[in-house]
Amino acid sequence: MKAPPFRYHAPADLDAAVALLSQLDNARVLAGGQSLMPMMNLRVAAPDHLIDLGGVQSLRAIEETPEGLRIGAMVTQRTLEQSALVARLCPLLSEAASLVGHQQTRNRGTLGGSLCHLDPGAELPVVAAALDAIMHVAGPSGARAIAFRDFALDYLTSALAPDEILTHVTFPAASQGATSAFMEFNRRPADFAIVSVAVTMRLDAGAIAQCAIALGGVSHAPVRLAQAEEALKGMQATDAAWDQAAQIAALIACDGDDLYPSDYRQELCGVLVRRALGLAHRRAEGAFHV
Amino acid sequence: MFDPQRIQLTVNGREVEATVDSRVHLADFLRRELQLTGTHLGCEHGVCGACTVLVDGASARACLMLAVQANGRSVETIEGVATPDGALHPIQAALSRHHGLQCGYCTPGVVMTLLELQRESAGRVVPEEEIRAALSGNLCRCTGYQGMVDAALEILR
Repeated sequence: MKAPPFRYHAPADLDAAVALLSQLDNARVLAGGQSLMPMMNLRVAAPDHLIDLGGVQSLRAIEETPEGLRIGAMVTQRTLEQSALVARLCPLLSEAASLVGHQQTRNRGTLGGSLCHLDPGAELPVVAAALDAIMHVAGPSGARAIAFRDFALDYLTSALAPDEILTHVTFPAASQGATSAFMEFNRRPADFAIVSVAVTMRLDAGAIAQCAIALGGVSHAPVRLAQAEEALKGMQATDAAWDQAAQIAALIACDGDDLYPSDYRQELCGVLVRRALGLAHRRAEGAFHV
Repeated sequence: MFDPQRIQLTVNGREVEATVDSRVHLADFLRRELQLTGTHLGCEHGVCGACTVLVDGASARACLMLAVQANGRSVETIEGVATPDGALHPIQAALSRHHGLQCGYCTPGVVMTLLELQRESAGRVVPEEEIRAALSGNLCRCTGYQGMVDAALEILR
């Protein structure tokens, strides 16, 4: 239960971190350590070099930009949960952040760590999928941007090249008339979600102008429910619409395991999509009556 | 492979300087190098919360943090909670009064979690739901939590 030996590096800035990562063999980047450290203690991961981003201050900013909310990869989940700026511009992210692990892990676990680790039961990748977040990465040949749908490739696998580091993520700011909700089901609070759902919706005079539905826990990476998103467009925001989306969600192909087989997860998908859409809608109604 | 790292930190208000192997986590450093064995290790992979300490005031799993990552930081452990003459902190006294512990293995972590909650609440009344959410990060297999929650409700009202 002790991590295998490695060499520790603590670069002071991003350039130094990128240089180390491209020069060293079998190196891993250490963000908050709430997934990598358990994997090392359990000897599932055994890097020869650990590059700690804890000293890279430029990765800890939260800024409002014309493109949306720009959040540094090393911003902790606890900061996301408590930030007034995040709550105003991206309430879906605040809501999901409060469900990540426990306070004792959120104090150290980071946005970037969660999005690069891509655990199928994790909350933040589902938010990134629902909001079409843009992932900004830096490597030895410069910076590039990757849409989240092209970033989450497979089980615990991102599109990052071995010598690239996620620097920040841009989430589009919630527009006027937009509402959202995040829900998950697990056996105990704070466990990884068996199934989770993130929805956003924009209403126009009682009709659904646009909506996004993302599901976590059903496959190796978060899944967008494009068929339901399309079906709901233009429908009146009523229970009939939520039921229709739930029917589509309950047919989605789900990976199953011995504890939670595929049909159990499909049932959860339907129930959670119906509830989350209803909750998002009630929130919009509440806001209109203020 | 030995990868020595020189670190300087504050532990319970005391300046500490040491050389540690980079793979040593903070809990082992506290227990073995500083003989602060009040920080317990349960699962050693971040699930049980027994090793919870405060790092710059924020609760953290000491098994998921390398000792070298504590360089330049202030660490608080259970040994720093009671006053030097042994008088219990109000949180400890309340846990005792409400039978919020039995075997005591999880208790150091529980006290550190409640200490963070108390400081963050800054005198505000903390609802039971919030207390239970904070304590969800500390596994206790003896008490069923009711005594802990009662103690916290008394302290945080």
